[in-house]
Amino acid sequence: MYALKREDSMKKHRETKRLDEAYCLGVESTADDFGVGIITFNGKVLANVSNGYIPEEGGIHPREAARHHAEVAAKVLDEAFAKAGIKPRDLGVIAFSQGPGLGPCLRTGATVARVLASYLAIPLVGVNHSIAHIEIGKLATGAQDPVTLYVSGGNTIVAAFDSGRYRVFGETLDIALGNCLDVFAREAGLRQKKGVPLGAALEQLAANGKTLVSLPYSVKGMDISLSGLLTAAINLLHKEECRLEDVCFSLQENAFSMVTEVTERALAHTEKKEVLLTGGVAANRRLQAMVNSIAEEHDAKFNVVPHEFATDNGAMIAWTGVLAYTHGAVTPIEESFVKLRWRVEKVDAPWMK
Amino acid sequence: MDEVTSPTLLKKGAEASLYLAEWHGRKVILKTRLPKKYRQAKLDMEIRNYRTVHEPQLMHEAKKAGVPTPTIFLVDVKNAVIVMEFIEGKQVKQLLGGFSEKEREKACVKIGELIGRLHAYGVIHGDLTTSNMILNSEGKIFLVDFGLGEKTMELEARGVDLHLMKRALQSTHYRFAEECFEAVMRGYAAVLGEEDVKDVLDKIREIEKRGRYVADRRQES
Repeated sequence: MYALKREDSMKKHRETKRLDEAYCLGVESTADDFGVGIITFNGKVLANVSNGYIPEEGGIHPREAARHHAEVAAKVLDEAFAKAGIKPRDLGVIAFSQGPGLGPCLRTGATVARVLASYLAIPLVGVNHSIAHIEIGKLATGAQDPVTLYVSGGNTIVAAFDSGRYRVFGETLDIALGNCLDVFAREAGLRQKKGVPLGAALEQLAANGKTLVSLPYSVKGMDISLSGLLTAAINLLHKEECRLEDVCFSLQENAFSMVTEVTERALAHTEKKEVLLTGGVAANRRLQAMVNSIAEEHDAKFNVVPHEFATDNGAMIAWTGVLAYTHGAVTPIEESFVKLRWRVEKVDAPWMK
Repeated sequence: MDEVTSPTLLKKGAEASLYLAEWHGRKVILKTRLPKKYRQAKLDMEIRNYRTVHEPQLMHEAKKAGVPTPTIFLVDVKNAVIVMEFIEGKQVKQLLGGFSEKEREKACVKIGELIGRLHAYGVIHGDLTTSNMILNSEGKIFLVDFGLGEKTMELEARGVDLHLMKRALQSTHYRFAEECFEAVMRGYAAVLGEEDVKDVLDKIREIEKRGRYVADRRQES
């Protein structure tokens, strides 16, 4: 939980700085990306620099990823300051991704953030990574109060704001959507390349799929389960009876239909008038088309996070840091320990009405 | 379906649209699962047909278990349409917030009993939310919307069913979710006995820990 900042220093800050001259730097390091973003207090992104760790083989090794983050941190920070055209002493506040995520990775980012805040003697704000994905989506698209489908390698959440907090209406009961697609892609022999996520390679193959093969479809109330679908798709792959393109196509169609169905349920339930698609998997065109279709069906406006803010990035942490800080939140150093399993509905969102 | 006349749209849900209509002089609900444009036609047809067949079957099973559900009048599998009895009443979702603590407890214990009867008979509802429960004028609670249900005695399925109930309470009635769920489980225990309840509560905990970002899954390091 956020601690309240001392009123006098808040006041001083408000009096001495114009919004467009006050800056927040955000550090993101929940998983394989180390990112630094710099943003003005009125939401202008000045820099958004990222450096991703690519495993030799298999998925993310937390300790190796953390080692990567520590190695590139200084370089990424330098680049961000150069792009933003400001100096460290111009910063008003430091934000960092406090959770949820991989422990070693989170700790590396938190250490960088603590050092900066202490050295510059400015406030530190711990930010919830999932909420940051929602907030950057809102900032970039202009959405005010959407039903959000947040899909990435580590998360699959349908959330909407109600009474002070974002509430989770639906989520995966087991693995995340991005994780499901990545594991399958690796199993199919696809390799991650710089700038081309595994999901994008899979999307390309799926686009050439023609025949839909029956695979498990598992919607449980507002929640979904993807592990059975993944196992069935991998088994199908190893049987070598179907074209790889058709398996990719069928996997995507099933998985995306499931998340779209629960998003539509949340939309019908909350009767909100906006939908936001955010997170790394939001870059997938087929998923965008599906979610757009349910938005139209319910006369809601469809929004999708722009590509640069879809995957994990520092700008989203910086912006959520601004929102939290300007509504009275700071995180004292001694309370800045990382929260590996910090759920969305545990966080107050006083910047929402 | 020709005898069903003057339909007016009651609720456009995510999964199906509900119409209030007339059938031989009585009020009926016409539930239609429209094709979803976002789904591949083949997958869409499979899902709609499956749910149209299973929902009436499960509602019938629920009745046998002693759980009030609307009576089914007509089923048209090809067009994914079900015609059923119209229950005059209000959704528990709309009522719960306005109830006194006592009334709320009473309703939740009753709901727990109904879930208990379903589970004891091997019926899993699949979408236990307070919007799928209707309280009629005589104080009887009807369960509706069995489209995501299944017939099984598995502990896992029971656990997921109750986990969904808990989650629905948390997202919609967060101010008193805990006391409500506790009351639901008391009603559930009254039907299934303390021993089964212990098993299912352990299972719910296991399911929750399987989920992502659950604080007590592992010690923070």
